[in-house]
Amino acid sequence: MTNAPGITVSGRATSKGEPLFGPLNFEMPPGRWSCLLGASGVGKTTVLRLIAEMDSHASFTGTISASDGAPLTNRIAYMAQSDMLLPWLTLRGNVTIGAKLRGETADIDRAERLLRRVGLSAHLDKKPSALSGGQRQRVALARTLMEDRPVILLDEPFSALDAKTRADMQDLAAEQLARRTVLLVTHDPAEAARLGDQINIMTQTDLIPMNVPHSSAPRPVNDPATLVLQGQLYQLLREDA
Amino acid sequence: MKIRHALTSATVLIVVWQSIVWATGLPKFILPSPLQVASALSGNAGLIGEHALVTLGEVVLGMIIGSVLGIGTALHLATSERARRLLGPILVFSQAIPVFALAPVLTLWLGYGLWSKIAMAVLIIYFPVTSSFLDGLLQTPQSYLDLANSMRARPLKTLWHIRIPAALPSLGSGLKLAAVYAPIGAVIGEWVGASKGLGYLMLLANGRAKIDLMFAAVIVLCAMSVSLYLFFDAVSRRMAKDHVV
Repeated sequence: MTNAPGITVSGRATSKGEPLFGPLNFEMPPGRWSCLLGASGVGKTTVLRLIAEMDSHASFTGTISASDGAPLTNRIAYMAQSDMLLPWLTLRGNVTIGAKLRGETADIDRAERLLRRVGLSAHLDKKPSALSGGQRQRVALARTLMEDRPVILLDEPFSALDAKTRADMQDLAAEQLARRTVLLVTHDPAEAARLGDQINIMTQTDLIPMNVPHSSAPRPVNDPATLVLQGQLYQLLREDA
Repeated sequence: MKIRHALTSATVLIVVWQSIVWATGLPKFILPSPLQVASALSGNAGLIGEHALVTLGEVVLGMIIGSVLGIGTALHLATSERARRLLGPILVFSQAIPVFALAPVLTLWLGYGLWSKIAMAVLIIYFPVTSSFLDGLLQTPQSYLDLANSMRARPLKTLWHIRIPAALPSLGSGLKLAAVYAPIGAVIGEWVGASKGLGYLMLLANGRAKIDLMFAAVIVLCAMSVSLYLFFDAVSRRMAKDHVV
């Protein structure tokens, strides 16, 4: 993996003529986790999709740039709430799909190592339908790691999981994606408080930066400073709505 | 369980049929009884089998050629929006032409032999195969496409690794429909002009007032269609089995 760049998004987006968000200036520090927290519909996912150059309904005027000046294309991996696993492929096949889609030779050994690393060594030849929701997100994480990109975009990847599995996945993801530039889009204050090196609350018009505890992520679920932050986030989200 | 249901409904059908024969007292050359048809079937097994094999050959070849053409067309239309705009309306329009009306022309063009019947079968299954597969190819879940997009996939690789596998259940439904239609196409072809095949045998039996033989041929044709259907049903179940999310 090359050095992870910081990313700056500055500009405004409209959807069918209606303002969607901004103007805003959003900076993601290099090699850290930035959390974008907000209610549904404020355009968090749009910011993420714009960075990923994926289809979105919004039209954006402004700039999206990396701190090292190089284009972001080919430096991004993406994980969403839906695990996007292909049901007809085994876990091995799913983790190596990126190489196949680019017409490259897939490194099977590496795929198996990564699946082992996320605790799925016993399931290499199973289909996703044989797994639980948490296990499936682990496969998605392994697939994301397989891509080995310096920038990782996470769109509410853990929101469909139960509380315990979610906390486990947060730990695993924080550990595995350390030193990369990660954008985590979430509507869960607890998740943002645990994982964010930087946290912004996104509203229709504004980005509200938060003071984040100095302890490093993932913070323990019962850490007092984290819980206080979580409370503040809840309150701000509700005031804003 | 499924076989038991099928047997039950067949039994009910036969009982109703026999009751009608008893109640109306219709003569054998108007409506033969199930028993008479059965004896016509066993008494002419060789004859029927010979003609059935011809029809089966036409149907199988028609299925293969029609499916290949349909799959090819669907793939072409799925990958080219221009082709979709140009050919889409033509495809629908062509389907509005009653294939039955073409049968005499096809016989004129392709002769009395095998090929005019195969052409009928091909024409009749081409559209269901094409349109169901195309629907599947155009309805790839957006999340899969997002994933491919984020991985900088090549369009043809996305087609091969994601869009085609995701569309296989739709293709399976198209093939199931085709399995039922293809024998109809072949038999229509045989009616218009042939010296072999179940369609020819039906006409022949009808002309000689051997209604029991005609019914026997119809039953064999139905059995053929149902077997083909069940075969493709099993195939498409296999295809869909891997798609349980």
